[in-house]
Amino acid sequence: MSLRIVVCVKYVPDATGDRHFAEDLTTDRDAVDGLLSELDEYAVEQALQIAEDADDAEITVLTVGPEDAKDALRKALSMGADKAVHVEDDDLHGTDVVGTSLVLAKAVEHVGYDLVVCGMASTDGTMGVLPALLAERLGVPQATLLSEVSVEDGKVTGRRDGDAATEQLEAALPAVVSVTDLSGEARYPSFKGIMAAKKKPVESLDLSDLGIEADEVGLEGAWTKVEDATPRPPRTAGTIVKDEGEGGKQLAEFLAGQKFI
Amino acid sequence: MAEVLVYVDHVDGSVRKPTLELLTIARRIGEPVAVHLGAGADTAAPVLAEYGAVKVLTADAPEFADYLVVPKVDALEAAVAAVSPAAVLVPSSADGKEIAARLAVRIGSGIITDAVDVEAGDEGPVATQSVFAAAFTTKSRVSKGTPVITVKPNSAAPEAAQAAGTVEQLAVTFGDKATGTKVTSRTPRESTGRPELTEAAIVVSGGRGVNGAENFPVIEALADSLGAAVGASRAAVDAGWYPHTNQVGQTGKQVSPQLYIAAGISGAIQHRAGMQTSKTIVAVNKDSEAPIFDLVDYGVVGDLFQVLPQLTEEVKARKG
Ligand SMILES: Cc1cc2nc3c(=O)[nH]c(=O)nc-3n(C[C@H](O)[C@H](O)[C@H](O)COP(=O)(O)OP(=O)(O)OC[C@H]3O[C@@H](n4cnc5c(N)ncnc54)[C@H](O)[C@@H]3O)c2cc1C
Ligand SMILES: Cc1cc2nc3c(=O)[nH]c(=O)nc-3n(C[C@H](O)[C@H](O)[C@H](O)COP(=O)(O)OP(=O)(O)OC[C@H]3O[C@@H](n4cnc5c(N)ncnc54)[C@H](O)[C@@H]3O)c2cc1C
Repeated sequence: MSLRIVVCVKYVPDATGDRHFAEDLTTDRDAVDGLLSELDEYAVEQALQIAEDADDAEITVLTVGPEDAKDALRKALSMGADKAVHVEDDDLHGTDVVGTSLVLAKAVEHVGYDLVVCGMASTDGTMGVLPALLAERLGVPQATLLSEVSVEDGKVTGRRDGDAATEQLEAALPAVVSVTDLSGEARYPSFKGIMAAKKKPVESLDLSDLGIEADEVGLEGAWTKVEDATPRPPRTAGTIVKDEGEGGKQLAEFLAGQKFI
Repeated sequence: MAEVLVYVDHVDGSVRKPTLELLTIARRIGEPVAVHLGAGADTAAPVLAEYGAVKVLTADAPEFADYLVVPKVDALEAAVAAVSPAAVLVPSSADGKEIAARLAVRIGSGIITDAVDVEAGDEGPVATQSVFAAAFTTKSRVSKGTPVITVKPNSAAPEAAQAAGTVEQLAVTFGDKATGTKVTSRTPRESTGRPELTEAAIVVSGGRGVNGAENFPVIEALADSLGAAVGASRAAVDAGWYPHTNQVGQTGKQVSPQLYIAAGISGAIQHRAGMQTSKTIVAVNKDSEAPIFDLVDYGVVGDLFQVLPQLTEEVKARKG
């Protein structure tokens, strides 16, 4: 029986760009180019490796995001995923994490799955909670923040490097996993992969396809409200000295002045 | 006054500092009620009381240690039902965030993660977040349900305020999902004797410029003279010079100490994402063009192998 893997990938503003908020205090997606969240490349990579180890597997990449989010799907397809699902709807604008988890859960169920693979955190919201939320909504086990993962005999096992301990985890499929950047470098798409991706199917779904009401998501339906976003005031230029042999002593003087010594 | 649940982060009853910070923050919103899960409630209760917990709800069961996250969500859900709190505050650790998130969905509430401050507001608690690698500061609130907020370490100075801290057993019934993810083994992190990275008041970090594991003692010596924790950039970690658990940055630890000293670190956006909220930032780098100098309160353009040992000696001398 085929192993059905769904990889959740997020389309995010480039972290090296000058990211901003729009007037309605949502992420300004026009200000900076978007791309596949770098940490989700690790999720795609692990899904590909799990699929390679399985007798028969199919990988669907899934994103919830605006029109341009197709770019993130194409990147994942060019790495080797089989097909893609794009949930796109004007009413999704401003959806928070609780709403996003609702949409992703419905979409994952729509696709059908044995294993859902996520990144450890997006590079914009960086909450790192979506995989746990998804597991809660789907009613399946979570094996999250894994730096090593494998699937065998209907079970997923892996290593979680937690704050206080390293844990070895085991859960029966179906399950949701998230993988960290220690799980292994993601492959680059090959030329062949990029060409093949152009022919792979991308299914578009809207809220009605998933049986979600507009007021359950979006800015209006959100469970949280951003009231204010202020750019950090520019730092007052610090003192910079060149070490001419006394740099350590000068630094000690500064630290003493600040009462650190 | 409304009660505020505070999830207790502890190791066998030894309460970690971020929880004391949360109790302090909780008092701005209402009366703190601590939720202690697992062993050691007797040890923890007096400390929790000292920092303002009017009540300590406690439950112990093997499930908390043997299975990932969900048993603790079941317990916290029971605590919410017992108390009807005005808010639930949880430390922003990996486990803490996941527990908080699942709880939020269960009780039909919104969630805010990684708050660096929480104040009382007209429409409920207002959380401050530092986002986009600390380029923006936002203020948000939970608009549906009981606010669930996770708070980063070092967001408040713990203030003692003796309260009753009455210990009460919390009745928890585990759902059938509680045992979904088995923890088949657990290796606690070895203690280095140095302060916990995320909790430390001072952090000294080394990067690629340290140029080898054999040179990290230069960083450690400075850290020890200052009573600081040791951090590392991803470049240093990837090269195998220092453990991943010490990585500071987007995919490592987020630190917010009083003083952050970056040595041989260029200041890439992903590193900045983990340290930019530090109160005072100091860098030592031989390249005067390194982006880290844009952030610093004090920078030394120079060779870290000259500057750091001299600084360490000077610190030791001044401390006598
Ligand atoms: C700066 C900032 C702060 C925010 N703070 C909050 C907040 O406090 N509370 C709140 O409710 N919302 C918040 N949001 C909104 C929230 O980021 C989005 O709803 C988001 O889609 C889910 O959270 P995340 O991006 O942090 O994901 P994380 O939980 O960090 O993502 C983990 C993984 O989930 C998957 N994933 C996440 N989003 C998607 C997606 N759209 N499509 C497919 N896969 C996905 C990916 O595999 C990803 O690696 C914030 C957004 C921003 C930009
Ligand atoms: C998805 C993603 C996540 C990431 N997450 C993180 C993260 O969590 N944390 C992180 O740190 N990085 C992270 N990175 C990597 C980040 O982009 C940088 O590559 C990394 O921070 C560089 O580390 P560095 O500053 O030590 O090395 P470099 O950029 O190579 O800088 C070394 C510096 O040392 C200086 N130097 C050299 N020798 C000396 C000397 N003798 N004395 C003084 N100065 C000297 C040099 O002038 C240079 O400025 C991430 C990257 C990606 C793509």
